[in-house]
Amino acid sequence: MTDWPILTLVTFLPLAGALFIAFIQQETEVANRNARLVALYTTVINLCLALYLWSLFDPANPDFQFVEDVGWLGGNIDYRMGVDGISILFVVLTALLMPACILASWESITERVKDYMIAFLVLETLMIGVFCALDLVLFYLFFEGGLIPMFIIIGVWGGKRRVYATYKFFLYTLLGSVLMLLAILAMYVDAGTTDIRALLDHRFPPEMQTWLWLAFFASFAVKMPMWPVHTWLPDAHVEAPTAGSVILAGILLKMGGYGFLRFSIPMFPLASVDFAPLVYSLSIVAIIYTSLVALAQEDIKKLIAYSSVAHMGFVTMGIFTVTRQGIDGAIVQMISHGLVSGALFLCVGVIYDRMHTREIAAYGGLAKRMPLYAAAFMVFTMANVGLPGTSGFVGEFLTLLAAFQVNTFVAIFATTGVILSATYALTLYRRVIFGTLDKPDLQSIMDLNPREIAVLLPLLVLTVAMGFYPAPVLEVTGAAVNNLIHDHAAALATTATLGAGGN
Amino acid sequence: MENLVQDLAVLMPELVLAGSILVLMMYGAFRGDRSTMEISALAVLAILIAGVIVVFQPGTGGLAFHGLVRIDAFTDFMKVLVLAGAALSILMSARFLREERIERFEFPLLVLFATLGMSLMIVANDLISLYVALELQSLALYVLAAFHRDSARSSEAGLKYFVLGSLSSGLLLYGGSLVYGFTGATEFGGIAAVLASDGASIGLIIGLVFMMAGLVFKVSAVPFHMWTPDVYEGSPTPVTAFFAAAPKLAAMALLLRVLLEAFPAVTTQWQQVIIFVSIASMALGAFAAIGQTNIKRLMAYSSIANVGHMLVGLAPGTAKGVEGVLIYLAIYLAMTVGTFVCILAMRRPEGRVESINDLSGLARTQPLLALSLLILMFSLAGIPPLAGFFGKFYVYMAAVEAGLWPLAIIGILTTVVGAYYYIRIVLIIYNGEPAGAFEQPMPSELRLILAGTAAFNVFFVVLASSIIPAAGLAARALVN
Repeated sequence: MTDWPILTLVTFLPLAGALFIAFIQQETEVANRNARLVALYTTVINLCLALYLWSLFDPANPDFQFVEDVGWLGGNIDYRMGVDGISILFVVLTALLMPACILASWESITERVKDYMIAFLVLETLMIGVFCALDLVLFYLFFEGGLIPMFIIIGVWGGKRRVYATYKFFLYTLLGSVLMLLAILAMYVDAGTTDIRALLDHRFPPEMQTWLWLAFFASFAVKMPMWPVHTWLPDAHVEAPTAGSVILAGILLKMGGYGFLRFSIPMFPLASVDFAPLVYSLSIVAIIYTSLVALAQEDIKKLIAYSSVAHMGFVTMGIFTVTRQGIDGAIVQMISHGLVSGALFLCVGVIYDRMHTREIAAYGGLAKRMPLYAAAFMVFTMANVGLPGTSGFVGEFLTLLAAFQVNTFVAIFATTGVILSATYALTLYRRVIFGTLDKPDLQSIMDLNPREIAVLLPLLVLTVAMGFYPAPVLEVTGAAVNNLIHDHAAALATTATLGAGGN
Repeated sequence: MENLVQDLAVLMPELVLAGSILVLMMYGAFRGDRSTMEISALAVLAILIAGVIVVFQPGTGGLAFHGLVRIDAFTDFMKVLVLAGAALSILMSARFLREERIERFEFPLLVLFATLGMSLMIVANDLISLYVALELQSLALYVLAAFHRDSARSSEAGLKYFVLGSLSSGLLLYGGSLVYGFTGATEFGGIAAVLASDGASIGLIIGLVFMMAGLVFKVSAVPFHMWTPDVYEGSPTPVTAFFAAAPKLAAMALLLRVLLEAFPAVTTQWQQVIIFVSIASMALGAFAAIGQTNIKRLMAYSSIANVGHMLVGLAPGTAKGVEGVLIYLAIYLAMTVGTFVCILAMRRPEGRVESINDLSGLARTQPLLALSLLILMFSLAGIPPLAGFFGKFYVYMAAVEAGLWPLAIIGILTTVVGAYYYIRIVLIIYNGEPAGAFEQPMPSELRLILAGTAAFNVFFVVLASSIIPAAGLAARALVN
């Protein structure tokens, strides 16, 4: 094991890049170019660092690794960092999507390039911090802090209705989070520490668990987002710039799922069991209802946004089965969705940069002028549908399998979502890519340029590779997930014996 | 004689302030208004010296003048904050006075008078010294509010503040007399001892409520907040900054000391009042600010809401809660002073502007000022990792620890409403069409203060480990 603080480095390196950009003077074309380059270099170096971290990671060890523990606020609230099999993949995913985001904004962002790059780098620090934090207060700091740069990104570089979307995004998320803050304080008062490792072993009284669970649920359900608190997402996605959508769908939504895995399930096991039916119901509604809503959309981004809500339904369903397949499936689904939805938004960005419209009706017959684009878009659409051989299939299949073991009805309803997702995704593909190329302004549309290929190709390779061989992902999560399930069962068992002894 | 020397040594910072006032007043009387800049500088120097004495005072003197004053870690902490607020306000005002052609040498002197009053309020350990100190402060503030005497708005602000302030002083005095009547003591320790042995009579409770009404007025909490928006809007901007920064802190210190040192035995009685006042202040501050278009009025409502949040920390009556309040006060000082520097910078060639819409598109014309405002607004909204979050974090921790759930839940929900109007300002700054640049460059002292306060808000997350223990020490001096 290394003794230098690699997690702190991975987390705060982007911040250093942001500082560097802040010192670039002037608003000239050269300065803008330098800002882009610094951002790109920083994110690429950070990706290498994250991959190095992954290579050092010991998958057989279910505990937290690379742990750092330094005094901070006192009173057992300290600066603690560490990753386990559940969180490390999200760190890598974040580091992976960031260079893509920077590249995707290369030409489409021409105003205030410096500020834009700074906002993204700060956002990267805060996102990686969320997954690395081993202290509840530190986690909250990163979790909430991410709102500020995202607020700026949507509010400044967003579309026409950006002001409305920004308020909605910010206030929805904040409302959920402040309740979680109260729960965090209550946990601190009860356990005397905010060390996540200690809290995982701490048994909260059953009644308290219910309230804590609900407070955390308020935050994560909004972030996820689950039906019926998902309405901020389509607005935010539509108005955000392309890279903002990628981050929103790719990483920010995963924080909800990560939160359920890290806090709700292991720390409040009794409440998690009690509320599982609620989560199943909301997941099913999300899967079916938002799929139907997606079917009716005329805006490409909005369609993908609704499909994200549906896919996140599979994640919540899988997590709350608390079985090996369910949780593995949920993690794979989150990683896969991070790649696929990120790539889909990048694909939308490609044609948006050319035509400046997201209306489905404005397109058609793109296959003729843009064969490469059509091919890439097809792979990602198929992955979105969950076609075997793509990463989307693995996650959906595993979560459905787990749901089937726990509750057949849940599985039946959820499976209809797979069909519906095929309907809307394929319809979208047909209307945009196939048909005759009869719109006059599409006649001269250009195919992918090398920069766009460089952005999409790695995602495409990973999507297919994960579909055929998901073992590297499952291997990393294996020990930690087993540990989680084992602890969960043990917690339920001790409470059961305690209850029996009490009677 | 030896006793007197010791007693005077305890009051050394206040003596420095009082002495400087006398000297500077004579100096000003001979030199006239053109010496305002010099007197301002010397006043800041006097405050700095007083601050250094506070920090390095040998030992904690404890009681002096037969229990009329008391110094301990708590009074030191609060005095440092108040002195900092006063010094910054004088620094901010010097150039403003010249620009507005109201450059009179009395201005820094009045601030010094108020500061002396506040310093004495903080150390007051007796109903008599409390009242005298409070009045010394208030009288100076009434004049300051009306300092722009050719402006109708400023005169109106001064008059309103005077009438309502006198009323509240009367309430306080009446309450104090009842408390004295029912306990036979005016010293805080004596009152507490009587209450602990005899319990509270109904007359004493009435006296307590009257006293609280007077003090709640001074911290401008609901239902005694009505003066705040008008006075904030009408007073000259540096005076508003001073109002928001220093007297509020001193009054809060007074409230803490009276309730926790004189009336710890009847905590359950005053707790209900504090909870009501706190919830009402947070709710009104959050909702009423939404419709404001004048940024000074908005800051008035913001300060009402902030006071509500501070009272969340007072409600439990525990050391933890006081620690939270103290941390909150320190952060509040930095946020408020920073924001008022930004308001002072809102000056166009044709004159001063105060509308929120005048900030539109500021990010394009003055990116650094815009960035500072962004930091301050998000900090005021309580979004981590900025300082404002930690203020709320600690007061709510105390409330949760004491099991005051309704207070905690309602309070934390109002922060979401409050966040709306803070982020509205950020959106206007970063999103609107540029409304024209303000006069540039900003005076160097303003730039310095703004950079300092913004940096404090950003780096509090790192500085916390050195500030929080000091607040904890101060809190334990008050509540053990």
